[in-house]
Amino acid sequence: MGKILILGASSDIAQETARELAAKKNNLILTARNIEDLQMLKSDLEIRYGIEVTTKQFDGLDFDNHEQFFNGIVAEAGNLNGILLMYGAMDDQKEAEQSFSISRNMIDVNYTSAVSILNIAANYFEKKKSGFICAVSSVAGDRGRQSNYIYGSTKAGLSVYMEGLRNRLHKSGVQVLTIKPGMVDTKMTYGVVDEGPLLASPSTVAKDIVKGIVKRRDVLYTPWFWFVIMLIIKLIPEKIFKRTDI
Amino acid sequence: MVKPVKKKMAGWGKYPIESCLVYRPESTQDLKKILSSQKEKQIAYGLGRSYGDTALNEDEGISLFNKFDHMLSFDEESGILTCEAGVSLEEIINIFLPRGYFLPVTPGTKYVTVGGAIANDVHGKNHHLDGCFSEYVLEFDLLLASGETISCSRVENTDAFWATIGGIGLTGFITRAAIQLIRVETSYIKATYEKAENLDVAFEKFVENDANFKYSVAWIDCLSTGNSLGRSVLMRGEHALKEELPAKVKEPFKPSKGSVLKMPINAPSFALNPFSISAFNALYYASFKNETKIVDSSSFFHPLDAIDDWNKLYGKKGFIQYQAVFPKSNDPKSGIRKLLERLTEEKCSSFLAVLKSSGPANEGLLSFPMEGYTLALDIPIKDGSLFPFLRELDEIVLSYGGRVYLAKDATIDPETFKKMYPKWEEFKKVKKELDPDGLFSSSMSRRIGLT
Repeated sequence: MGKILILGASSDIAQETARELAAKKNNLILTARNIEDLQMLKSDLEIRYGIEVTTKQFDGLDFDNHEQFFNGIVAEAGNLNGILLMYGAMDDQKEAEQSFSISRNMIDVNYTSAVSILNIAANYFEKKKSGFICAVSSVAGDRGRQSNYIYGSTKAGLSVYMEGLRNRLHKSGVQVLTIKPGMVDTKMTYGVVDEGPLLASPSTVAKDIVKGIVKRRDVLYTPWFWFVIMLIIKLIPEKIFKRTDI
Repeated sequence: MVKPVKKKMAGWGKYPIESCLVYRPESTQDLKKILSSQKEKQIAYGLGRSYGDTALNEDEGISLFNKFDHMLSFDEESGILTCEAGVSLEEIINIFLPRGYFLPVTPGTKYVTVGGAIANDVHGKNHHLDGCFSEYVLEFDLLLASGETISCSRVENTDAFWATIGGIGLTGFITRAAIQLIRVETSYIKATYEKAENLDVAFEKFVENDANFKYSVAWIDCLSTGNSLGRSVLMRGEHALKEELPAKVKEPFKPSKGSVLKMPINAPSFALNPFSISAFNALYYASFKNETKIVDSSSFFHPLDAIDDWNKLYGKKGFIQYQAVFPKSNDPKSGIRKLLERLTEEKCSSFLAVLKSSGPANEGLLSFPMEGYTLALDIPIKDGSLFPFLRELDEIVLSYGGRVYLAKDATIDPETFKKMYPKWEEFKKVKKELDPDGLFSSSMSRRIGLT
């Protein structure tokens, strides 16, 4: 049986997604910049679900090593069934406006590194004519807003990249899934975003992601109501939108 | 940065409700940061199933443990599980019961964390034979106020071990623990139900058969009076063996269903009155007949877990769970009779009155059980008149040499506490060594004069 590769497995959403995939008896390869962060998740998944878990160090910004990293994963696993890209960077918008290095960090982590590693993965799956590529984008990429357009634009880039990839890989039978979560109750949002009906738990989002993979969806808003919210936001004419503060 | 959020928090009894600074650490590193900032007093908060203010900290800090939910190792041979302190008993049952392992001790709800089970030294229906949860705790890691982690067991850091067992979170943060699971052949219980028409009969049957059943508990209709005061249903059981299962049961390890019902809103205050409760109790009593049958373990051990948020049954004002133990050496029956009499006189309606026998006390300095009998009652809070009445119950308990369970208490005063837990001074001495600046403190510990 093949394995599923998760890039950026230490985030809240990734940890829950790993549990959902493990519950379905998928063997996993978990990666993070610091693999010590993954040791507890590894033992937890192995004990709870009796699956095989390997951990690997992966740095999204170490572009020169992506090819070697991916080939090594494939060589060791023998067969890869899918890849999930689940890392990202969200820095403060105001700081990013003042400092290009902060903006660039978000661009490189969220967009450049995704293009680098997913290009390599796409070639593998295209040849194999099966499997899935899944990346976590954001509803913030659907429309630029003054409060976080630098982050949003990196995710917009990722969403369009995934759209093109989906178009290219369709004939090869490879699923390309773009995840667009709304506000999620993570370490990043704890104490920043008020609890309320719009704030989803990481486990809700993880369940949606795995359902999206199983159902071979293309684009998935999670929780589902973000599809409606973003539809309305996208429909507001620019003339009006530029005056708003949403 | 680990930042707190100001929130209204309560225990399971929904009394008291207090404003606390709630942290949500994700790692031991985060816990250390919280401690080293020394901004507030700290107490750990698990799944919030302690009834009163054990895990509350008014205007001070609470650290949620829901991110500490990883299984760390499991030995198939010995059944020894190591896990983080925020793992719930429900998860342990769900994962290991299908593999033939069960918790050696489980309280009336499975929504309890391992850390909480240690800090409150919980007990179950088998205390008379098997003791408390701590009996099966081989060791645990304790993060001290200094930021140092020590490993505590019966041979290592023993003072800290016995102060932390039942020590209501005041010695440090329990971060992980190794516990011994027991082997079972099936996930079913061979349960024997037997009615007793009053307290005398109930006691006679309890005393007579105690040692013959691993699990033993009696539900008491606490609104019955006169000759039938203390009429009850004795519910005893054993883990069913494979050959005892009826033919229609195909799998010896049926997975648990989880909760099936949900209390959508708080019950209105008029819904709970002596009439409705006495009608419920009469119906419940009538629904049992004397028999032995095979039941699944969740309905035997955790019947209330089938209803999510069942605490809403008692309305907005919440309820007090009053659990007292009466030592065997001091005529426990008459103590329990007095308590029940006062309860019926006062018309302090309770759905749930549970009588259990308990075995010898362990070395936990603040551990609750001692050899004798415990009575647990749910008492809805209607108004402030309840509190003087509870003090009256405390006096009865004290006069028999008994004590109340801190995991369920919300109201006793410092003098009562010190009389009930004579090892409190010893506890304070150990705490002073582990936490010289008194960083770990809770609303309860301040109320009872322990910090």
